[in-house]
Amino acid sequence: MSEVVKKATRDGFGEAITELGLADRNIVVIDMDLGKSCKTGQFMKACPDQYFDVGIAEQNGAGLAAGLASCGKIPYVVTYAAFSSMRMLEMIRQEVCYTNLNVRIIGAHGGFTPAYDGASHQAIEDMGILRTIPNMTVVMPSDYVSAKKLVTASAYYEGPLYLRLTRDAIPVLYGEDEEFVIGKAHLVREGGDAAILANGDTVRKAVEAADLLAADGIRTRVLDVHTIKPLDAEAVTKALTEIGKVVTVEDHNIIGGLGSAVCEVAAELGCGKVRRIGVQDRFGESAPYERLLEKNGITAENIARTAKELIGR
Amino acid sequence: MREILSVQELQNKCVDLRKKVVDMICKAGSGHPGGSLSVAEFVTACYWHELDVDPQDPQWPGRDRFVLSKGHVAPAQYAALAMKGFFPEELLDTLRKEGSPLQGHPSMTKCPGIDISTGSLGQGLACAVGMALAAKMDGASYRVYCAVGDGEAQEGEIWEAANTAHKYKLDNLVVFLDHNGLQIDGPCDEVMPNGDLGAKFRAFGFDIYEIDGNDMEQMVAALDLARAVKNGKPKCILGHTVKGKGVSFMENAVGWHGTAPSPAERDQALAELDRQYVK
Repeated sequence: MSEVVKKATRDGFGEAITELGLADRNIVVIDMDLGKSCKTGQFMKACPDQYFDVGIAEQNGAGLAAGLASCGKIPYVVTYAAFSSMRMLEMIRQEVCYTNLNVRIIGAHGGFTPAYDGASHQAIEDMGILRTIPNMTVVMPSDYVSAKKLVTASAYYEGPLYLRLTRDAIPVLYGEDEEFVIGKAHLVREGGDAAILANGDTVRKAVEAADLLAADGIRTRVLDVHTIKPLDAEAVTKALTEIGKVVTVEDHNIIGGLGSAVCEVAAELGCGKVRRIGVQDRFGESAPYERLLEKNGITAENIARTAKELIGR
Repeated sequence: MREILSVQELQNKCVDLRKKVVDMICKAGSGHPGGSLSVAEFVTACYWHELDVDPQDPQWPGRDRFVLSKGHVAPAQYAALAMKGFFPEELLDTLRKEGSPLQGHPSMTKCPGIDISTGSLGQGLACAVGMALAAKMDGASYRVYCAVGDGEAQEGEIWEAANTAHKYKLDNLVVFLDHNGLQIDGPCDEVMPNGDLGAKFRAFGFDIYEIDGNDMEQMVAALDLARAVKNGKPKCILGHTVKGKGVSFMENAVGWHGTAPSPAERDQALAELDRQYVK
């Protein structure tokens, strides 16, 4: 068996943004004293005139980006997800979303991934909060390859966009030739007995769960729903109507994120059963990342168990 | 296309602008006359002395930018935009009405001539800094003007943005600090004392021009100086102003922050303003 290659989504971002910056002088990075963690160092060296560090001043960074975007720049505002979504929230709402400007907000260290930093730095609410703001697109890649491709796709996407990254090196799930389109769920595995819809680092948990289920003869469709807004309503509807047994998995509060988005579709369709696996509406703590996931039931075993319950096995 | 009027012509334009402010807020039935009147000299001097803008092409990339960080005084800017020909003057009668481009607070996606949407206080200056930075990046000559309220200066983001303007040496940025001394709940000195705002901006690396912000001659001189001095420092014109300026019963009256005049009050205000033309 070949060795699993592991790379962080933030590294995918760092490489993609540098390529974008070299190709287009209008691509701009606004850092907030977290450039090392957020992997903007390469961009800073390659495109020094397009790089601005505003220090520990997130709110002003969002406004700055709006001003730059109004003058034709394509700014990427980069800091940890907890701060980029919540410290800057109202500035994102008024100056980025209400204005419908082409500002990209990067939320690094999303979910529980800044594990040892504790709850202050763990963003479990970001995607849900930003999903409620008109005009905003919300994206979370699940591996290095999709991170690179979705970041590249974000550059000339119309309107405001939030993209969440994570801290750890995780298995590379996709080949370099696979395509990723913002707003379109990515089919990871086909199956007709159950469906697992996941995003971010939990897609690999979904794949492991699908393997466990396959051992019991249960064929599972796994979808990487990297964009939760606009949600790929067609793919979600198909999972609900064709299969009807859907488990959602996310490193995010079960309130507001992918699970909620899927439930909204299911409730309006009046079709399909959904079980949400994610953060159980409680804050994290300083602990190993895998332990934080375990404590919230975000494990391959629990995903498989939940799917079996849904299909009555 | 910079339009440059004499001081006397500017003073009379400013009376015209104040009359439109009072009239449109009366017709809207709500709005913020106090601050719209205190900032009137700055807005007038910008549009008829300072700004290179094209009413026929509001999105012209080379234009100077104007940011109303204290967005609630939108009527002052709407009056100027209408008088400049960005849209028909009749539109002023639709202020705050359903379907109008003249929202209660400025919207760049709805109203021609608005360079950035504002309303929630403290945010416009950061946007203005971003615009000034974009100009520097592109080696473009356009300049950025931003009106900030003294109550608004209580917002922390103002000072984050001031830091950024200093770091990136944005001498193409002019902040007008409308220091009228009042905010919704009362005098700024009681609600939350600002201390010496000039000293504060100076400490943040700005050149300060402290003037009577309702004196057109001083306003024009300060703008000229701010334009002439290219020393890598952002500029702040600290204007001591009178809230409600030009309408006797609105002057220095906290209650006129966000109250529309009745038709009778409007008529009285317009009669007073009519006597303020300089011949």
